[in-house]
Amino acid sequence: MSSFLEVKNLSVSFPTEDGVVRAVDDMSFSLEKGKTLGIVGESGSGKSVTSLAILGLHKGSSAEVSGQILIDGQDINAIPETEVRLLRGKLMSMIFQDALAALHPYYTVGNQIAEAYLVHNKISKAEAKKRAIEMLDRVGIPEPQKRVDDYPHQFSGGMRQRAMIAMALSCNPSLLIADEPTTALDVTVQAQIIDLLRDLQKEFNTAIILITHDLGVVSETADDILLMYAGKAIEYGTVRDVLQKPQHPYGWGLLTSIPRLTGDPNKSLAAIPGTPPSLISVPGGCAFHPRCSYVSKVGEACSSSIPGLLPVTSGAHHLVRCHLDTAAREEIFRSQVAPNL
Amino acid sequence: MLNYLLRRIVSGVVVMGIVSAIVFGIFYILPADPARLSCGKTCSAEQIIKIRHTLELDQTLPVQYGRYIKGIFVGRTYLKGTPAELNCSAPCLGYSFQTDQPVTSLLKDRLPATASIAFGASILWLLIGLSSGIVSALRRGTWVDKFSQGVALGAASLQIYFVGLVLQFIFVNKLDWLPAPGYSSPFQYPLDWMKQMALPWITLAFLLSAIYSRLTRAGMIEIMGEDYVRTARAKGLSNRTINLKHVLRGAITPIVTVFGLDLGGLLGGAVITEYVFNIPGLGKLSTDAVSNLDLPVITGTVIFSAFFIIIANIFVDLLYAVLDPKVRIQ
Amino acid sequence: MNSILKVEGLTKHFPGNKHSLFGKRDVVQAVDGLTFEVEKGEAIALVGESGCGKSTTGRLITRLLEPTAGTITFEGRDITHLSNAEMRPIRADLQIIFQDPYASLNPRHTVGTIVASPFRIGGVTPEGGAKKRVQELLEIVGLNPEHYNRYPHEFSGGQRQRIGIARALALRPKLIVADEPVSALDVSIQAQVINLLKDLQKQFDIAFVFIAHDLAVVRHFAQRVAVMYLGNIVEIADRDTLYSNPKHPYTKALLSAVPEVDPDAIGSRERIRLTGDVPNPINPPSGCRFRTRCWKAQDICASNPPELLHIGSTQVACHFPE
Repeated sequence: MSSFLEVKNLSVSFPTEDGVVRAVDDMSFSLEKGKTLGIVGESGSGKSVTSLAILGLHKGSSAEVSGQILIDGQDINAIPETEVRLLRGKLMSMIFQDALAALHPYYTVGNQIAEAYLVHNKISKAEAKKRAIEMLDRVGIPEPQKRVDDYPHQFSGGMRQRAMIAMALSCNPSLLIADEPTTALDVTVQAQIIDLLRDLQKEFNTAIILITHDLGVVSETADDILLMYAGKAIEYGTVRDVLQKPQHPYGWGLLTSIPRLTGDPNKSLAAIPGTPPSLISVPGGCAFHPRCSYVSKVGEACSSSIPGLLPVTSGAHHLVRCHLDTAAREEIFRSQVAPNL
Repeated sequence: MLNYLLRRIVSGVVVMGIVSAIVFGIFYILPADPARLSCGKTCSAEQIIKIRHTLELDQTLPVQYGRYIKGIFVGRTYLKGTPAELNCSAPCLGYSFQTDQPVTSLLKDRLPATASIAFGASILWLLIGLSSGIVSALRRGTWVDKFSQGVALGAASLQIYFVGLVLQFIFVNKLDWLPAPGYSSPFQYPLDWMKQMALPWITLAFLLSAIYSRLTRAGMIEIMGEDYVRTARAKGLSNRTINLKHVLRGAITPIVTVFGLDLGGLLGGAVITEYVFNIPGLGKLSTDAVSNLDLPVITGTVIFSAFFIIIANIFVDLLYAVLDPKVRIQ
Repeated sequence: MNSILKVEGLTKHFPGNKHSLFGKRDVVQAVDGLTFEVEKGEAIALVGESGCGKSTTGRLITRLLEPTAGTITFEGRDITHLSNAEMRPIRADLQIIFQDPYASLNPRHTVGTIVASPFRIGGVTPEGGAKKRVQELLEIVGLNPEHYNRYPHEFSGGQRQRIGIARALALRPKLIVADEPVSALDVSIQAQVINLLKDLQKQFDIAFVFIAHDLAVVRHFAQRVAVMYLGNIVEIADRDTLYSNPKHPYTKALLSAVPEVDPDAIGSRERIRLTGDVPNPINPPSGCRFRTRCWKAQDICASNPPELLHIGSTQVACHFPE
């Protein structure tokens, strides 16, 4: 039984002056319609590059994309740009972090939404505008018939993001990729947008890939989480598995170091030492090992060989990429991590 | 929007006033005596005094300036109340020292030729420059790009008089494909007009399209990296739509600005071009006037071309507001 | 009163756009009638969303901006309208750390020059020489003192932020205004910098005005929290009281909007969703500025701006506090 979206062994590399950069390395994941996958990572983890690859947006650039990207059985990576273009906006679409930069400053919002619709539908401009007004209304913009003729800079941040969502969903795509859609927004507006995406997903049964660095956002929106580090997937499982029973030292570090509204505020946050690596000089072996406190429990393997993405316990759907054996991991989790969560 | 326009016009009027005052002031501070210049070589002392009185040069500078400005708006009467009374209707810019003709009618006569050069050449250089720039941007790094940018650089480094004379030699003298450059009324003799203007147009266009090609290329490359172009791709738009509707539209504003200013400047007189091709335009009028120290004509042409440049600036500002919604809607 | 900083009725209005040639100019009411105090060695947070005026307040306190009205008293001295020259000796005690670690360090200066610049500007030579003190400071903030001669671009974002902190510490300030010091940093680095600031606060007994939009970050640093909305303070309380028992509707909405990391805890907090966006500081609503989004709003809220009054240990500006 194959899923609606299946990504198999996706790798994206870029040639740069300093050598070949492997922005994404051997990523595999799947997603069903009506479900949300949260891809979590920090800057340089490769999450945005992954999302652009799914839309085939690396075609024509110097990037090399290998692997399979199967949407409804069709491999996006294998078909030429002219065919992928027909699917963009229709089968899969994307919303971006900075709505002000992602919308054309010289065309009205209505024009841009109608344009998205007209690319894939042969209707009159007047009808397309009506559709644009409908979509603006659907995403909760008040007085849509007036605002359809406004320019992006006349909208507030939250409204602009809603307009971008309206534009992305105008052709009712089956897959929506949201690249940090709320990072630039205030927290009360962020909450509204998260609610909106959830409602729209229920209504249209859209598969959503939500890219973020915010563990709270992903917890409230996603069904599954893929944690990325230095271009690789290092943990993959349901939201409960990954956030309540994390298995990777990076995940441990993240969950114990982020400030929260619960827990003891007087305790020092357990920070992860060091900084995320630049993709030009990724550490050998496990990319996380220079910052990992548990290398001593494994030994030499951490710096010399890349661990595989393997089930936590046999048969489990929860996968982790780490050399620690199951027993050691469970021991560390029980004694050091769980008390701090 | 109306406010924006009003503010621009008001500041344009102010600048015009300052320019006219400076020009007027400078020419009348010159060591040469206008009365003597007006009179010519053979001049008695009596005649000079008489001319000085006629031209009201015995008044103070501010009074002279005031009467000059009044003349522009309302008209001016020289030697009022005498039998030699001379009525110079508005806009009055005085009379040429050389020919005694009213400066205003001289300017009116010469304007069509200059305007023909300016508009014809500008359309040509815009078309050439834009298309070459677009092609270079889309084929960045390929030989097409390098070639067209190389040609652009080469053209920009040449001089009008060189290119003009060479082209004239080839096409008029040697090949006899074109008549000698000059001016015929486009309304009466359209074909002749075009043939006579062809060389000035081609020369100017060749030299100026280089700048537009580079501007277009640079602008398009910059816009192609913008987030909203990535959005356009994500929507599934065709490359042609993206390049024209999204990229070029984003890049066009600085090009329009330069175009407006170039055109405004040319309307004031393409001095070298008219000189090289011997076209009876404003440029030729002003260079002749300078050689002859024909002060009223010089003053008139300078103020006239300043006027065009200011109008061009206002027009460009307006165009900015049309092109960029952020300028016209706060 | 052991207060090191006292702000009373602090107001800052910026001139906005004119709408017609002879019409009135808009007034951006960024900060309006702010009143609060900071004790010696205390960390108080200014929390709020965009447009609330918290960054403007930070710049007013450090006199990077001139207040339109109100007073700022630092160590008993009125610094509201002091000139740049008069402020200079005071700046030794009153420092600021900025949000963007990439923009706040001069890329053409070495780290050593940057951290030593307060000495040059203040005309002070530390004991043992500037270089020694700079290396001490680099070590205090967790950087390698040997990197004295490196340039900012050779450091990561988190390290650059530490350089900014070292610079702020150079003259042993008594109060530091930290304007969103961790917002631009990666999640895994934020904890390092928050811990560092906490340690420094305790070690050197420095008072902090910590400006942030992230309530979770603030909870781990501040002892008292002031919540701002559209240029006003709507609630000030000590940390534990604010998070467990918020009195102002906006504070409640703000807390409920923070997404919860533990999937099973989602829904355990009361869920309040505000409608619409933050209104414009050019035309703030009359009376209570929050009333247009408040579920409790009544007529009095439109006619009378609520004053910041005490309810227990909390100060809240609301006609119908929780």
